[in-house]
Amino acid sequence: MGVEQKLGNMGIATTTLEQAVNWARTNSMWPMLFGLACCAIEMMAAEAANYDMSRFGMELMRASPRQSDLMIVAGRVSRKMAPVLRRLYDQMPDPKWVIAMGDCASTGGIFNNYAVVQGVDEIVPVNVYVAGCPPRPEALVHGILILQEKVRSEHLSQWR
Amino acid sequence: MTETQEINLEELRHLVSERALTGETMLLNMGPQHPSTHGVLRLLLELDGEIVVNCIPDIGYLHTGVEKNMESKIFQKAEPMTDRLDYLNPIGNNLTFCLAVEKLCGIDVPPRAQVLRVMLAELERLSSHLVWLGTSALDLAAMSLFLYTFREREMILDIKELISGSRMMTTYIRPGGLWRDVPVEFEAAVRRYCDVQEARLDEYEALLTNNALFRDRTIGIGVINTQQCYEWGVTGPVIRATGEPFDVRKIQPYSGYEEYDFEIPTEKGGDIFSRYMVRVREMRQSIRIIRQALDKLPFGPVRSNNRKFIPPPRSELGTSMEAVIHHFKLWTEGFHAPAESVYMMNESPRGLLGVYIEGNGGPTGHRIHYHTPSFVNLQILPLLSKGHFVADLVGIIGSIDIILGDCDR
Repeated sequence: MGVEQKLGNMGIATTTLEQAVNWARTNSMWPMLFGLACCAIEMMAAEAANYDMSRFGMELMRASPRQSDLMIVAGRVSRKMAPVLRRLYDQMPDPKWVIAMGDCASTGGIFNNYAVVQGVDEIVPVNVYVAGCPPRPEALVHGILILQEKVRSEHLSQWR
Repeated sequence: MTETQEINLEELRHLVSERALTGETMLLNMGPQHPSTHGVLRLLLELDGEIVVNCIPDIGYLHTGVEKNMESKIFQKAEPMTDRLDYLNPIGNNLTFCLAVEKLCGIDVPPRAQVLRVMLAELERLSSHLVWLGTSALDLAAMSLFLYTFREREMILDIKELISGSRMMTTYIRPGGLWRDVPVEFEAAVRRYCDVQEARLDEYEALLTNNALFRDRTIGIGVINTQQCYEWGVTGPVIRATGEPFDVRKIQPYSGYEEYDFEIPTEKGGDIFSRYMVRVREMRQSIRIIRQALDKLPFGPVRSNNRKFIPPPRSELGTSMEAVIHHFKLWTEGFHAPAESVYMMNESPRGLLGVYIEGNGGPTGHRIHYHTPSFVNLQILPLLSKGHFVADLVGIIGSIDIILGDCDR
């Protein structure tokens, strides 16, 4: 954006469409208000005053999948919950992203048994995995920053 | 992957009234991703306008197979799974499991560990009630309280991190005592927390107790009486809000609760407001217990000296061959429990938490079963919600304080 030096204070900045749209998508990402298990409590802690996710444009959690861009799968997904989770994902409008928060959502964690889906990537495509059982709020914030980094570097041809 | 199952009216015919079949009342699905159901509870509501005629809970969306999984692990390795049952009360779950294992195998617990266990269990009760207070006030549209209670909860999580290195799932209480002794900073941190929390409780009450909007939404809503509580097996703050001082800490004390001077708060109303008052007063009593425990905290070991069950301290491993053998056997094979069954009760923040263990003579349990308060208390939801508005149903679900991890297991 070197052109503004030449233009002086005319109030005009130039950029590419790609950069402008990615910038907007990055900083107004609305997560879905949807918790499953233990990790949901840490997600709430990350939303609350001490960690304050609104610093990253994420304070507005939407209870409806129709209004949300990001699904944070916070907790273990049981076989009974799996179809519901997939339906919620399908109801979200594009563009959409998924964070698998915690070991259970990423790999099944300590519950290697009949009842738990061994990683939520069996059901929905996952963009960022956050490790921990449960992850600290800092870890979730780090996962979100990595996701923002990914979104910022998306190309026009990959847009959905 | 299993297909999404559509529920047809034929399957529900025996659960709903005749009016639903003629289309006079409406069937509405609530959950399992609804934010006010505090987890993944699904409710099928039969509505007459906005009035709830019938409420059918559908549970099992968080069924994790914990009990079955625990049967294939040795007792020490099964314990971390108990953390994740009731994820707002991990220390209480550990405590119940350890008490049961200790009763099964006859392991002694040193006095310092007993006092620390009580202190930690009460801290956990406070943290659970803080989450309850924040989220259920949020359901009744009091947003700021959520931010305040989570601010204080962070202090408890810092204390837990100080002693165990983990914020939530500590597995700090072990059969025969504790994992290790608390650091020197522990006492000052707990004292500071107690002072801060006591003042902040007054702030919460100033926001809610005499708030006309909050009282309108809670008084006379979701009423239950003592008789019904006993019939349904409901325990915890729900039964105490009906005037019955039922608390396992008093009727069957464990970990030396009989040595502490505290009251069981009760209220008369049996409605949401009474349950709120009981929990807030319980938090004050918990602070009282923690202060007493801090004053009488004795010095000494925090782990039993019984080497057949408890691993030897690290320092002995370099000098004693016997210690190495014990350490190796305990962490590879585990300790053998007799083929008997035990049942141990504990007062969790939600009510009576029981664990049943049946040994098989080997290092694993033949059957491990949890009697969880959330599962029992959830049964009364249809009873409480009949005749109320859908908006009040949200408050009622919050007031019985269910944790679905505890309920579905």
